[in-house]
Amino acid sequence: MKCLNCDAEATIFFKEVVDGQLREVRLCEACAAEKGFHLAVEQNKLTIANQFIWMAENLYPESEAKVGAVQCPSCGIRYSQFARTGRLGCADCYGAFEAQLKQILRRVHGATRHHGRAPRGADASTLRQRDLGRLREELNRAVDREEFELAAQLRDRIRRMEEEAPAAAEETGNAGGDRDAGSACDAGGTS
Amino acid sequence: MIPIGEMVARTGAWLKTDGPHADRILSTRVRLARNLAGTPFVGRAVDEDLLRVYRTVAAAALATEPFRGGAAQTMNELSLLDRQFLLERHLVSHDLTGDGVARGLVLAVDERASVLVNDEDHVRIQSLEAGFRLEESWARAQGVDAALEEALPFAWSGDLGYLTACPTNVGTGLRASVLLHLPALVLTQRMKQILVGVTQVGLTVRGYHGEGTEVMGNFLQLSNQVTLGQDEEEILTKLTRVVRQVLDWEEKAQDQLLRQARWQVEDKIMRAVGVLRSCRLLSSQEAIGLLSASRFGNTLGMRNMPEIAVLNELLIRCQPAHLQRAAGRDMSSEERNEYRARLVREILGVDDAPEPTR
Repeated sequence: MKCLNCDAEATIFFKEVVDGQLREVRLCEACAAEKGFHLAVEQNKLTIANQFIWMAENLYPESEAKVGAVQCPSCGIRYSQFARTGRLGCADCYGAFEAQLKQILRRVHGATRHHGRAPRGADASTLRQRDLGRLREELNRAVDREEFELAAQLRDRIRRMEEEAPAAAEETGNAGGDRDAGSACDAGGTS
Repeated sequence: MIPIGEMVARTGAWLKTDGPHADRILSTRVRLARNLAGTPFVGRAVDEDLLRVYRTVAAAALATEPFRGGAAQTMNELSLLDRQFLLERHLVSHDLTGDGVARGLVLAVDERASVLVNDEDHVRIQSLEAGFRLEESWARAQGVDAALEEALPFAWSGDLGYLTACPTNVGTGLRASVLLHLPALVLTQRMKQILVGVTQVGLTVRGYHGEGTEVMGNFLQLSNQVTLGQDEEEILTKLTRVVRQVLDWEEKAQDQLLRQARWQVEDKIMRAVGVLRSCRLLSSQEAIGLLSASRFGNTLGMRNMPEIAVLNELLIRCQPAHLQRAAGRDMSSEERNEYRARLVREILGVDDAPEPTR
């Protein structure tokens, strides 16, 4: 297969998810080196941390300065520091760097939403928020697959939950934004 | 409280038992990553925070049932040799043994449960078993987790689950790994295929000593890569499925090997056992290879093989820090080779040793 940049034979392949779309990138060694891939390849250390750095520098070069300067209000680290070390400063960083982290989470996990246990101490509204999020995700997937009967059932369940706890439902007003998370989840197995 | 180094030297109970599939599966491990809500992650926390985290977590853990009679210590309280010793025993991570404030370990008497404090995350619950015991291992880790969360508020969000310092662990914070012995796949040169296949289904493959280490002595570690978007049961089910698949491939490769080269294989194994029983100098690298061959002899049902539990014990005790701790002094690599050979003969019950090891 040919390199996407030139006519040479592509030897480096990777997949990325941009705006919910899975895309395969093929590069020859020279073009990959030009894009800063060579260091990781040479050292044979394509670790997750290196991937972060590479992604931060290459996938979004035009916005690098802006993105790198984003700062967590709680612990004060900047996104550029995270990109360098691969370590977040505190729990609030997940909120502060949400947009960038979503891309990374899709790449690493093929998903952006937790499906596992909750601590015993988690309060009822947080749990309801989690369940509602999952149902909405399922609904989106059902619609994508044109399984309308299932979709209608899910919609009714969501409505019932929202009526039971209108205050909690408002907190999850942004759940519609997770539509693409569902599709990334399906593609995740191969990325 | 007993110092951790002494406790471990005395017991190591889990090493000696052999679990299900013990010939092909050396150990099963489950790890849960957690952080305390309201405290910056380890890399960003000030010394005071880290000390407070260590004290709180150690106290909370020691008060739980699995750690009754256990011990807690910070790494700076331990000698370099003891830290190396814990590392060889897979009880601490490489990072934890490095410099840093208030990095510590809480350890259960039988070593099956431990909590690493102020490693990459504030809390890393570990559960370790010999053989293939994913369910037991998971149940124990979950028990420790449940007991700890009564006392410690963990950082968690409805969207992302347990929040970890590295986004690769966020969600369940669960990493389950199984250490496999796959000599037939290595001998029939199928390992590369397996590695590629396994990576494609979202699992990670590592060598004997974890991250970034090479395949040694035909040992290979399989673990889940994904921690977000799948619940704990899904993650464990998937890993179990892949482990069974790999075991199945190993059996097929073994059948093929026996059909094509039975005498060569048996000869290699018998020679390995012979060397273990009679050599006078034994390097660490050679020991791992010979122990692997003897293990394969067990799998093939050959007679007069050392038992799996003995092989497990040797695999651990032949490492440099273990030898030096047993000898009670620093030794050069030459001295270690002599001591190692003597230890192996002694444990295998060969009575031609000129003098017993201490």
